Amino acid sequence: MYPADLKYTKDHEWVRVDGAEAVVGITDYAQKALGDVVFLDLPAVGKTVKQGDVFGTIESVKAVSELFSPLSGEVIAVNGDLANHPEVVNAKPHDTWMIRVRVASPADLNALLDAAQYSALVK
Amino acid sequence: MATHQAGTALNRDEQGAFHTRHIGPRPADLPGMLKAVGAASLDALMAEIIPADIRLGKSLDLPPAETEHEYHRRLRTLAAKNQIFRSYIGLGYHDTVTPAVVLRNVFENPGWYTPYTPYQAEIAQGRLESLLNFQTMVRELTGMDVANASLLDEATAAAEAMTLLKRVHKNTDAHTFVVAGPVFPQTRAVIETRALPLGIALEFHESTDGAYGPHVFGVYTQSPDDHGQLHDLTAMIARAHAAGVLVAVGTDLLSLAIVTPPGEMGADVVVGSAQRFGVPLGYGGPHAAFFATRDAFVRQAPGRIIGVSVDAKGRRAYRMALQTREQHIRREKATSNICTAQALLANMAAFYSVFHGPEGLKAIAARLHEQAIRVSAAVSGLGWRQTNTAYFDSIRFVGEPAQATAVRREAEAHRINFRYPAPGVVQVALDETVNEHDLQDIVAIFATVARAENATLASAGGVRGILPARLQRTSTYLTHPVFNRHRSETDLMRYIRHLERKDLGLDTAMIPLGSCTMKLNAAAEMLPVSWPEFSRLHPFAPVEQAAGYRQIFDELESALREITGFAAVSLQPNSGAQGEFAGLLVIGAYHAARGEGHRRVVLIPQSAHGTNPASATMAGLTVVIVECDDHGNIRVDDLRKKAAAHAKELSCLMVTYPSTHGVFEARIRDICAIVHEHDGQVYMDGANLNAHVGLTSPATIGADVCHMNLHKTFAIPHGGGGPGMGPIAVAAHLAPFLPGHPVTTPGAHASSLTVSAAPWGSASILLISYGYIRMLGAKGMTMATQYAMLNANYLKARLEPHYPVLYAGANGRVAHELIFDLRPFKQAGAAIVDESDVAKRLMDYGFHAPTVSFPVPGTLMVEPTESEPLEELDRFCAAMIAIRKEIQAVREGAVDGHDNVLKNAPHTAEDVTADAWPHAYSREAAAYPVHGLRAQKFWPAVGRIDNPYGDRNLMCSCPPIEDYDVPS
Repeated sequence: MYPADLKYTKDHEWVRVDGAEAVVGITDYAQKALGDVVFLDLPAVGKTVKQGDVFGTIESVKAVSELFSPLSGEVIAVNGDLANHPEVVNAKPHDTWMIRVRVASPADLNALLDAAQYSALVK
Repeated sequence: MATHQAGTALNRDEQGAFHTRHIGPRPADLPGMLKAVGAASLDALMAEIIPADIRLGKSLDLPPAETEHEYHRRLRTLAAKNQIFRSYIGLGYHDTVTPAVVLRNVFENPGWYTPYTPYQAEIAQGRLESLLNFQTMVRELTGMDVANASLLDEATAAAEAMTLLKRVHKNTDAHTFVVAGPVFPQTRAVIETRALPLGIALEFHESTDGAYGPHVFGVYTQSPDDHGQLHDLTAMIARAHAAGVLVAVGTDLLSLAIVTPPGEMGADVVVGSAQRFGVPLGYGGPHAAFFATRDAFVRQAPGRIIGVSVDAKGRRAYRMALQTREQHIRREKATSNICTAQALLANMAAFYSVFHGPEGLKAIAARLHEQAIRVSAAVSGLGWRQTNTAYFDSIRFVGEPAQATAVRREAEAHRINFRYPAPGVVQVALDETVNEHDLQDIVAIFATVARAENATLASAGGVRGILPARLQRTSTYLTHPVFNRHRSETDLMRYIRHLERKDLGLDTAMIPLGSCTMKLNAAAEMLPVSWPEFSRLHPFAPVEQAAGYRQIFDELESALREITGFAAVSLQPNSGAQGEFAGLLVIGAYHAARGEGHRRVVLIPQSAHGTNPASATMAGLTVVIVECDDHGNIRVDDLRKKAAAHAKELSCLMVTYPSTHGVFEARIRDICAIVHEHDGQVYMDGANLNAHVGLTSPATIGADVCHMNLHKTFAIPHGGGGPGMGPIAVAAHLAPFLPGHPVTTPGAHASSLTVSAAPWGSASILLISYGYIRMLGAKGMTMATQYAMLNANYLKARLEPHYPVLYAGANGRVAHELIFDLRPFKQAGAAIVDESDVAKRLMDYGFHAPTVSFPVPGTLMVEPTESEPLEELDRFCAAMIAIRKEIQAVREGAVDGHDNVLKNAPHTAEDVTADAWPHAYSREAAAYPVHGLRAQKFWPAVGRIDNPYGDRNLMCSCPPIEDYDVPS
């Protein structure tokens, strides 16, 4: 269910590290809890985010939720497809990235959950 | 259950008593209902519901109840004390001609004034279409991208424009808002009141020529301005944008029929009032304000926005879009605390445009403009200086102070009001009711004062427009067929009825919305709102011309003081949310006066309505959430801990009582005492006041201030999503801080705070609550409270065997509403049947759904009110029990998990009569599940609406005409 190559936050974001960069999205559990996603408010490229800080918001028809950054770094890309197709967050939560970050401190990852720990959290 | 007897015996005193009309159950029903709930008497039931330590020890001291006829007879004498002068005061309020077809079929029609806010869109397509017409009208007249479905009043809309510009401005360090040029005094006052707690600094510039530094995030200006002068703002807006400053413009909607709209000048937000589109003056309201902005800012816009989506069969369907902006979801992060729109009045304004069409509006605007030019020329010839160089219908004469005084004396002798904003200044604002006779009278007054024998008024048609070319509108508007197709009254009457029939109001069935108190809006309470002595009075007419209204306000305030147990009342707040905001400002002013302005923490229970945290944020307070226990009650130990932890900064507690869970919490007095120990104040949200009246009171529980939703407890209709009224009542120590007004002081207690454009808010609908109180009297209102709780406990007794009831008080009783828990019917995390399935299925049974997922997700909250007869309660129970069987069939796998009557609800007439019927269940099971529906069936206009589609494909104005083409 929860891919082993991802790391997770207790706030239901995931991060996939790719060398010095990482992409961030939300988990299957989170998309189910939100319901049909209709809008994402994501940061501008170049913004610096800190681990645990809000980097955007995600809206469904019935709820709105803040997105918390799993790690610190500079936003180097934002998934522009989500502006027109926010529903892919529901369809493929673990393959839909929202922001790409240049990782400032790889040690941030130590504070995150692995797939087994996260699965236990949302069980 | 209890049998209904025809010809219930009433004793002679009760014959004709209004409470026998207002309260649903008959005296003969009472024994059976008491037996069903297991209570010996009404009094015994009340004793089990309301904690003994908060019971009123006495009955309310109010004037004796009047019959409907007696009330109207006496009210006629009060009406006669209001003097209706011809009003040329302006200030954003103008007399208007309400088309009779709109007056009779909309304003005075329960099909339009009794429905609720259109949350259940499938049974609200009529008013949703009309509100979309309103949005389209505003969007096109202002030249903007998108408009909302109305706000409370123009001044509130201007303040909302300020806060929107603050939210969207990129530089979060820019905290200054500039008010440039002359703006209406009430607009300025509301902007000042709203800016202060948010830390927004205001600068007032004499004109729009000033420069804007980097500390400025936005500007508000008006065209036509407070003097009536029109401005070409194109260069000013370009200059502001170049400096990174955003611009909001207040305007006159009717002027835009001939004047270049602010949207074409580059404005970021355009606001104003749609009052003069056929909505009576009503001594201040209710009216619909409008708010239009750019597409880029729509997610930051306040208020309701109607959008277009599709239903389950792909048919076009309307719904409220982008609800995540609103306070019930986003709470302290909401774009605004405003729940109420002014739907009924927005609909009237929309129908006014449908009635006149673009040519009609243009003709009216052109005529007014020409009349103003003629008056300007004639009076200028008498020695006055008319100072407006470009104007629509409002002109400003400057002369000697003695002359202006003489004009006033002469005008009042002829029962005419002009505006006298400064010594030596007379302003004249025309309106569409003005005829040749009126023009001659206006000029004659100036001529008499000037001792001129003959004043020359140029003949009609003999003048040319004086608008500079850049201010002459060239773009088209209202080209959509809806504004061009309904010219004959036959056609318009049928269009209005066509829309009305799609909507479920109290004229069709019970609307059991918990927390909304959908009680009777009696015809006898409503009728006087249309009487000209009440409807045609200008809000800023000299107070001595409004003696009838003043007496009604005094009596109403006195009754509300008695009912709440408080010392003073402000009738100004225009909605419950505005009442909350006003009450929090009053508390803040009290602390500040004691040198404790640093008290800025507000404690709010988890269970609170989302408006509470949203209002607190608007009042500049920091929200600290207090936990609730498993029974939904405030955890007193958590409250004690948090009150102590924030003792030095504690401003107040906001508490709803009985709680949002419909329970009289037994420890309420302890809770209030804890807050007082730390010098905090207690704000009681009056949403559930319908369970107090005559039995307990906000003062008795220990609160210091409360608001009263007059549209809940005191019978003002919900209007399909507004109007509402939210006066506040306060204890004596808070009275000096009640709201004031810059134009007309509303009472003995009046501070510099102003929350509404008009001194007494939507004054004309105060009549409805006044009538409710005078016709029910102390005994009738107390009975209403008792029957509201009897009805709720009757539903509990009958439905608890079928649905778990979430919360109850110590004796197993609920107050006036109760929550049915549907979460047990969800299996293994996936919703087999959820609360929205039940809500939609109730439509097939002819009911409006209860409140869905508030205050607890996955539940339905039901409030029957005292007005629902036993037969209707039983019909509702039959529907709920039948639906429970349908749920059981799904749970047991007897029917398909997806193709069943619940998941496919609601079923339209088109669906069940189609040649193709692909479902596993019968058409009869879909549309006529219980026998009673054969006698009366309400058909939902569309099937279940696709909400995500609507929010992903946002469209907030009338769809293009090709979408209306029906294959033949």
